[in-house]
Amino acid sequence: MSAVLAAPRARRREGLRALVWLSPWLVGFAVFFAYPLVATVYFSFHRYDLFTLEFIGLDNYRYLLTDERALISIGNTLWLVAFMVPAQLLFSLGLAQLVTRLKAGAGFFRTVFYLPSLIPTVAGTVSFVFLLNPATGPVNQFLELVGITGPDWFGDSDWSKPSLTLLGLWGAGNTMVIFLAALLDVPKHLYEAAALDGAGAWRQFRSITLPTISPVLMFSAVTGVIYALQYFTQAMIAARVASGSTDSPGSAFVPGYPEMSTLTLPQWLFHAGFRDYSMGYACVLALLLFAASMAFTLILLRRFRAFDREVS
Amino acid sequence: MSTALATRSPAPASRSRARRAPGTRGRRTLYWIATHALALALAIMFVAPLFFIALTALMTDQQALTSELWPKTWNWDNFVTIFTGSPLLRWIGNTMLYAGLGTAFMLLSSIPVAYALARFRFPGRRLAFLAVIAMMMLPPQVVAVPVYLIWARAELTGTLWPLILPMLLGDAFSIFLLRQFLLTIPKDYTDAARVDGCSDFTTLARVILPMARPAIAAVALFQFFYCWNDYYGPLLYASTNLDNWTLSIGLASFKALHSVQWNLTMAATLLVMAPVIIVFFLAQRVFIEGVTLTGVKG
Repeated sequence: MSAVLAAPRARRREGLRALVWLSPWLVGFAVFFAYPLVATVYFSFHRYDLFTLEFIGLDNYRYLLTDERALISIGNTLWLVAFMVPAQLLFSLGLAQLVTRLKAGAGFFRTVFYLPSLIPTVAGTVSFVFLLNPATGPVNQFLELVGITGPDWFGDSDWSKPSLTLLGLWGAGNTMVIFLAALLDVPKHLYEAAALDGAGAWRQFRSITLPTISPVLMFSAVTGVIYALQYFTQAMIAARVASGSTDSPGSAFVPGYPEMSTLTLPQWLFHAGFRDYSMGYACVLALLLFAASMAFTLILLRRFRAFDREVS
Repeated sequence: MSTALATRSPAPASRSRARRAPGTRGRRTLYWIATHALALALAIMFVAPLFFIALTALMTDQQALTSELWPKTWNWDNFVTIFTGSPLLRWIGNTMLYAGLGTAFMLLSSIPVAYALARFRFPGRRLAFLAVIAMMMLPPQVVAVPVYLIWARAELTGTLWPLILPMLLGDAFSIFLLRQFLLTIPKDYTDAARVDGCSDFTTLARVILPMARPAIAAVALFQFFYCWNDYYGPLLYASTNLDNWTLSIGLASFKALHSVQWNLTMAATLLVMAPVIIVFFLAQRVFIEGVTLTGVKG
């Protein structure tokens, strides 16, 4: 009887204890997540330049439809989602598969493939602009040796996004390590049984490997897409270095060089909000970005819920 | 958890392949050569960029203008010139401040939160965890305007504090990763501590922390290098004030700002890469286990 009576009180005490322990994070959640999300919606209906705040209804949203650069930036971001993300996933999976098949030096190769993914983004991007520069860059010189005239890479609007994709492939080692762990977790007896049944390498991959690692693939695909939606630094720096401009205060640099081909949605948001100080309009772009990543996050959440049931 | 995972290196597929084709020794050797040759070719392509960066960093200004790839003279002076010709030391100091304090604050605030999420049973526990994931997944640009306005009102824009101070309130990714690890520590340990009369705090400090050392190391390294590499944050808050530039902003503008050639730019680039590469070789296992932790348990 007393145990029954004590239960709610014990639960309340547990709740209070958790509240105390979680309190710093709860404050962080409120100040840097909940409030700003609401405020972003509020500002999106206003014109705001840090000094005057004026309600303008849906004008910012209407402007979005006529803003050519916003539409171009959305197109570029979608290009990255459609081409760069799949390329990275396939390449990482290929690398991981290769490493599992190596009998000599698997650890060495894993290290070599993983290392570039740790290289600081800015340093990696600056390096790639150098490696791919048409005048003195080593890549085009090697292409020259085999009789190919290399493109202008980061200086050519047709090649700038593929160049960024190459940079992304160089950093595929992070995903490779995740895939590698998943591949090594596939029960070996499944392969042995399949081999006895006469299944070839491709068939084994299709019927055993893929289904077993599909949760990990799925997870990497979703995080890859969310990451691509935020794609900012590499594009910004490639454009900056290739066009020879700086971050100095008062610099008139507009991202997207060459010809807006590297202008992504987060960059245009940044430019609208913090260089042009059209903060209300930047909030519209922010909400667009939010809607896109929300859709993919929901898929992720469903996966985690399944995982949580398994654990608790 | 998966400590041995990433270091295991058997080849299940190729072994079963061997069983499938008994006696065809030549084919097996050919397969061995093909896979290893492919791996070697790829490895060369992965390392080549670093190689050419290093070569160019050692060239003279004149040679950097040419298309030659091998330095005629080894110009080690370049690594001195970048320090005298640009405020590199100041950028390093600012970056260390950001990364060092950011990491320390993150650990201080995130470990207790992760512990509570992993161990306490309370109403709304699942909701709290979902909130962590939501925060982790939110692109920072989405809330950039209102958050910027908070710091503008506090008159801290133009400094790195808007990036450091929030770390006192926990970092979603670190909380997530630590919680995932803490869940794998058997409950028996904390129960035994409770029986021995330990409070929550002493249980965390005496029992959990020593056992969670690998996860804490991974989270600390990830956070440090996140700050070290961060370009978006410093660009947003500190780029308007030259005194508070970090290495990432400085490097992005290095070539144009100091009207230098690729040789000096590559020397500066190497300098930014160096700490990451060195720490990686010292703590390779920590990195790979940490990465595995983030992905496999999805």
